[in-house]
Amino acid sequence: MLPDLGNHPGFILASYAVSLVLIGGLIAWIRYDFRHQKSLLAELEARRLRRRSAAKDPKA
Amino acid sequence: MRALTSLFVREMQLAIRIGGGVWMGVLFFLCVIVVVPFGIGPDLNLLSRIGPAILWIGALLASLLGLDRLFQADRDDGSLDLLLMGETPLELVVFVKCLAHWAASGLPLVISAPVFALFLNMDPIATAALTVTLVAGTPALTLIGAIGAALTVSLRRGGLLLAILVLPLTIPVLIFGVSASNAALNLTLPFTTPFAILCALTLISAVVEPYAAATALRFASD
Amino acid sequence: MAIIDLANPTRFMRLTDRLLPWLVGATVVSMAIGLYLALYVSPEDYQQGATVKIMYIHVPFAWLSMFAYTVMAIASFGTLVWKHPLSDVSAKAAAPIGAAFTFLCLVTGSLWGKPMWGTWWVWDARLTSVLVLFIMYLGIIALWRTIEDPIRAGKAVAVLTLVGYINIPIIKFSVNWWNTLHQPASVVRMDGPSMPPSILIPLLVNALAFTLLFMTLHFIAMRSEILRRRIRTLRQHEAAGAAGVARATTSVQATASAHSPKTNKAPVEAPS
Repeated sequence: MLPDLGNHPGFILASYAVSLVLIGGLIAWIRYDFRHQKSLLAELEARRLRRRSAAKDPKA
Repeated sequence: MRALTSLFVREMQLAIRIGGGVWMGVLFFLCVIVVVPFGIGPDLNLLSRIGPAILWIGALLASLLGLDRLFQADRDDGSLDLLLMGETPLELVVFVKCLAHWAASGLPLVISAPVFALFLNMDPIATAALTVTLVAGTPALTLIGAIGAALTVSLRRGGLLLAILVLPLTIPVLIFGVSASNAALNLTLPFTTPFAILCALTLISAVVEPYAAATALRFASD
Repeated sequence: MAIIDLANPTRFMRLTDRLLPWLVGATVVSMAIGLYLALYVSPEDYQQGATVKIMYIHVPFAWLSMFAYTVMAIASFGTLVWKHPLSDVSAKAAAPIGAAFTFLCLVTGSLWGKPMWGTWWVWDARLTSVLVLFIMYLGIIALWRTIEDPIRAGKAVAVLTLVGYINIPIIKFSVNWWNTLHQPASVVRMDGPSMPPSILIPLLVNALAFTLLFMTLHFIAMRSEILRRRIRTLRQHEAAGAAGVARATTSVQATASAHSPKTNKAPVEAPS
């Protein structure tokens, strides 16, 4: 059910559509970036932990 | 004070001695003025009407051109570190460097502008007004540009970035410079109002910009 | 929840972890209400017809373009004066979001202008100022991307942001002056106080909704940036550690040269 858009429906729809697409893209990009950084950090920390526990044995 | 005077003399000597740096800006200015009629056609009436705008834009672009070396040359040969460690306040050093840079590259532009105005069929009153506005306005361009030069001092190819960062900030100077020189042609508008604002912009820049540029230089060096 | 608690990036992460679901909820609810009011309830403007519906998103975007820059300016002040560890994270995270909203303000303004003015672009004072603001955003983002070290980039950008913030009123004033000089009469005026409540209320709800959206996105982007810096420091430690091991195994007498300026300069900010 579309609202009443008067004489210039194209312009109104276009401005809402552009905003929707751009903000949607922004949200997707920011969410992707957060997940990506999080997984990178987890990987890095796991590697560090592994190396630390591996390094501890011969030292002790 | 003596340190600042000798700094000014040194800057002037460097600017004049090194490979015709003074004339490079004027030459670029001339190129811009020559290119415009090829773009918009040789209509002298039109050219004389938009002449002040063309000359102002040319002066703006030409004064941005040499700015990327303002602090970079000093950084490369290490004298920037000496200036940072010296007991003269860095803000004053920046101000004096801007003054010297303007005298070596802005002043030639101002002097050559009345000659170039002949190409654009501008009448004597408009030419005089334009020259006065350029004298009042181009120091502000150099001072504003100094911030860009300080921010991009550590970058290899900072010239283009400098222009992008600085151009939005120079819009007020351009607007009031062109308005004042147009007002001399058009008697319905007063000349003094935009001219006074232009002078105010230059004075504000003289206070604010050395502080900002000095802050940026201190950060860039630690 | 004092401000001092937010100073610590780890505390900030914990706090936003709890805060974000609420913020997302508030954003969704207020935006649903705002858009419903704007699209279905609000009346047509007697002058502009239904195109006034574009205003319900255009004005919030214009507001956010200024709001985001103000956030960046306050954060830059924090960077320069208090050297607050979170402030340049905040400034960096806000820049692309603010630029996106400024761009949307320009696009919706252009789409609104075409039926109203008959052209896609007029050199109207307000539109022109927003265009200049957009260029300033892009310059700030460009500076963030060209200086590699985040701490150093943060300081340079802080100077630029504050200088820009001082200049915004001057630019606005001169653009207004320039505009009245060349265009005697403006075509469409939306004067604030004379707006009827049937238009004003949806507008305010939408402005609130988009502000909440900005805050949500800003917090998430800040969290990503904190993680990115943590990763950067960990990698540097790793590289320095690897180099140290290599040195220790290859040459025993290298202890004197072990204190190279590179390893000393590893960033201090490494919360774990």
